Amino acid sequence: MCRIGAIKSRNYIHPSMALQLMQSQQKGHDNSGFAMVMQNLGGIFEPYKHLPTLSMACTDDGIKIAEDILHEIGFHRVMQWAPEVNDEPGLDINAMPNYVFETFDYPRTYRKADQKEKEELLLDTRLRLRAALEPNEEGFAYSFWPDVITLKEIGDPRDIGTYFNLWDADERFTAKVITAQCRQNTNYDIVRYAAHPFHLQGYTALANGENTFYLKNKEFQQGLHRGYIGFESDSQCFLYTLHYVHRELGWPLHYYKHVVTPLPFEDIEQREDDKQLKAIRQSLAHLEINGPNTIIGLLPDNTMFTCCDAKKLRPVVVGRDEDTVAVSSEVCGINEILPDRDWETDIYPNEREVVVINDDLEVQRWKQ
Amino acid sequence: METMRLNDVTANDLPWKIKYDASRCTMCGSCVATCTFRAIVPKVERRRMVFSEGNFPEPKARFSAVPVIRQAKSIRDYCRGCGMCEKVCPNDAIKPERNPDTRHPIITRCLGGDSIKRGGRKNLEGSSRTLDSIRVGRISQMTDPSLDAQRHTFDLLAPFGRILPPKKLPFKPDEAHQLVSNAATPPVNWIYPVIIGDMSIGALSWRMWEGVAMAVAYLNEECGLPVRMCSGEGGVPVRLLKSKYLKYLILQIASGHFGWNRIANAMPHMVEDPAGILIKIGQGAKPGDGGLLQAGKVAEHIQAIRGVPKADLLSPPNHQGLYSIEESVQKMFLSFNSAFKFRVPVAIKVAASATSVSVFNNLVRDPYNIVGGFFLDGIDGGTGAAHEVSLDHTGHPIVSKLRDCYLAAVTQGRQGQIPLWAAGGLGKTGDLAADAFKMMCLGANGVFTGKLILQMAGCIGNDMGRCNACNTGLCPAGITTQEPQLAHRLDPEKVAQNIVNYYLAMDQEFKKLMAPIGNSSLPVGRSDALVATDHAVADRLQIQHVC
Repeated sequence: MCRIGAIKSRNYIHPSMALQLMQSQQKGHDNSGFAMVMQNLGGIFEPYKHLPTLSMACTDDGIKIAEDILHEIGFHRVMQWAPEVNDEPGLDINAMPNYVFETFDYPRTYRKADQKEKEELLLDTRLRLRAALEPNEEGFAYSFWPDVITLKEIGDPRDIGTYFNLWDADERFTAKVITAQCRQNTNYDIVRYAAHPFHLQGYTALANGENTFYLKNKEFQQGLHRGYIGFESDSQCFLYTLHYVHRELGWPLHYYKHVVTPLPFEDIEQREDDKQLKAIRQSLAHLEINGPNTIIGLLPDNTMFTCCDAKKLRPVVVGRDEDTVAVSSEVCGINEILPDRDWETDIYPNEREVVVINDDLEVQRWKQ
Repeated sequence: METMRLNDVTANDLPWKIKYDASRCTMCGSCVATCTFRAIVPKVERRRMVFSEGNFPEPKARFSAVPVIRQAKSIRDYCRGCGMCEKVCPNDAIKPERNPDTRHPIITRCLGGDSIKRGGRKNLEGSSRTLDSIRVGRISQMTDPSLDAQRHTFDLLAPFGRILPPKKLPFKPDEAHQLVSNAATPPVNWIYPVIIGDMSIGALSWRMWEGVAMAVAYLNEECGLPVRMCSGEGGVPVRLLKSKYLKYLILQIASGHFGWNRIANAMPHMVEDPAGILIKIGQGAKPGDGGLLQAGKVAEHIQAIRGVPKADLLSPPNHQGLYSIEESVQKMFLSFNSAFKFRVPVAIKVAASATSVSVFNNLVRDPYNIVGGFFLDGIDGGTGAAHEVSLDHTGHPIVSKLRDCYLAAVTQGRQGQIPLWAAGGLGKTGDLAADAFKMMCLGANGVFTGKLILQMAGCIGNDMGRCNACNTGLCPAGITTQEPQLAHRLDPEKVAQNIVNYYLAMDQEFKKLMAPIGNSSLPVGRSDALVATDHAVADRLQIQHVC
């Protein structure tokens, strides 16, 4: 089973905090992998927040394939960082030869392009990289987006941490938002892309549970947007629905909850906005989820939220102190990283609410 | 003694033989009185009895005239195997027996010079059904627990009406981050996923129709199940049109337009909108054939409701004046939409056919988004009357066709936009909940059923050729007749009670199927929940094969 965690802080934090958050929950997950997405980057990436960073794991040939494509499109590299790896014997990690974090400037022709055009270019580029790297498994392009870094690997999360030197905090590799998860998706094949968190155009999602409406979701999503691909994990569907509702339809975040877990008809009838809610339930019926799931999501403006399925079959807890809010499958994870917080203010969200943490670290509970 | 000729009709030529035991018969006459087909007649037989009265054998013969019951030997008045004689006989003295040596299909044509007509269902194939090789095989275990069928709240509702693609919803967020609507959207009614199929008031006796209508009202008002019934093509009693119960009725228009004069005249007096309009293009049991109400059933009240003289009423096989799908969309849908001021969903019913997917594609791509439902009717459906050759030899099974239409929608990302409703032999084994559930997993939003409703009311017809005489107007159960003395055999209240109880049982069974797969709402498109024991079925329907 998955365990998920997310940390949002006023200060830049190091991935070691995410590892600690997840390590104490290790009995609940199966220690088969580690994946994290860092957003609102600090350290060496802080000066490049407006420029896209490519996060990729690949072979030597994979680097060449990717760089050729990026060059052809006109991207030029402004920064490159590769983690120093600690390849000691006996570590349980299925490592790729190279881990690439490269920041690029946009092609000249895009200098005056508007934000939307740039965003579409970044998506198209990542999809092209992925397609080119896929045939011989030359590499995995996880994200290509400003101010976002993704790291995923197969193995024991503790050893993965050791391999990438992530247990020792430093100030070079930090972010204000880190989401993490410690399991490869073992319901299906072991594939690097199958590990959440997933990222698409500024949106990030990770989930705990099993999406029983996977087929329905997938069949509907695959025709909605060119970026909705892969489906190696049933949890990708949650990201695509978030992206579709918030970005493509342009609806406020609280409608995401109405899409994934619509109210029963008898409750809808009692509402003033019954017309809208019914129309949502009708037109987006195939994006409904039926649990058991808890979802943690992030919007491009770094707003973090969590909600769960209508049966509340997966728990999640939100805890905080002055500077940091953590969301975690199990409270022991939060106890680990925020031991001195007032635990009486912890929130255990119910099945009909969305807990939202904005950039001022204000925690709001929205009733569906 | 009568002279028999080789080609004379005898009991052995007929589909059923009457088995009669004179020694048990008390001559009460109940069987003859009850047989609506006049297939048995009282007769006097000459009997010879040999007896001896003294101490020593002195055989003498005595002749006597004995009243007995005999089978009529006629291709018009022949036994349909309905078994009413057996039902009423106090002494088990009489019953019909299936005659495997029947020459009925041949002699009826030879003597009548006309095609054979009957009611019922296709009778050619045996009991092997696609749906019976499919099981609900994805049972929630461990991480994805099953639900409690008794205590969990389930949403058993299906849409009837056109559903807009998400990007066409006229919603914009306001300053308070609430979506506000800035235009009208097509009407959609959420109803129970099993519609009582279209059986006209001419095909059914008025008492049967009343019983069904009562059941629907009771299910809605007392049981909280929003069940809808479709009128069939044959008009609606004006009293019902003007009543509040009209909201439970889907009005049908077919190629004969029967009854629409009265419906149109009643529009200004309607206090409720009907639940929907269903434009019938074709019927699964006799595709390519129009409705057929033989003159025998066109009683006075039917003449009044339909506005016709007493004559065979034949609906044309197609809608005169409709030459294309586009035209049907523009003419019929728009005229009905405007007649009811865009408040009532309008759907279309077609017979399943090799071409169904093309028709569906055309409708689902129509830029006006006004087709509110695609009712697809397969070959196994029943009918009140049709030519036997149509019943037995034309048509298309429903299961793969429904699946094809759903997958066509999936390919285009348009699933659910025109709700799919399927019928045609569903509930044939008596388990409608299981059949409906499997059809929903394959992509149907809901199902509709007709023949099973008749069977709930007491129809004794079956797919083995029993009775199937709905066309004659001589229904022994009083269901498909307009003869007052036959119709009075049927107790409308009992009909209503049976239908209500069946729906309540089915509702429970739906929950017992939804709970193990963990669904709170109907499992539309959850083909992952199905497995098939037949490889060909699994391949064709794109579901998992198991063995």
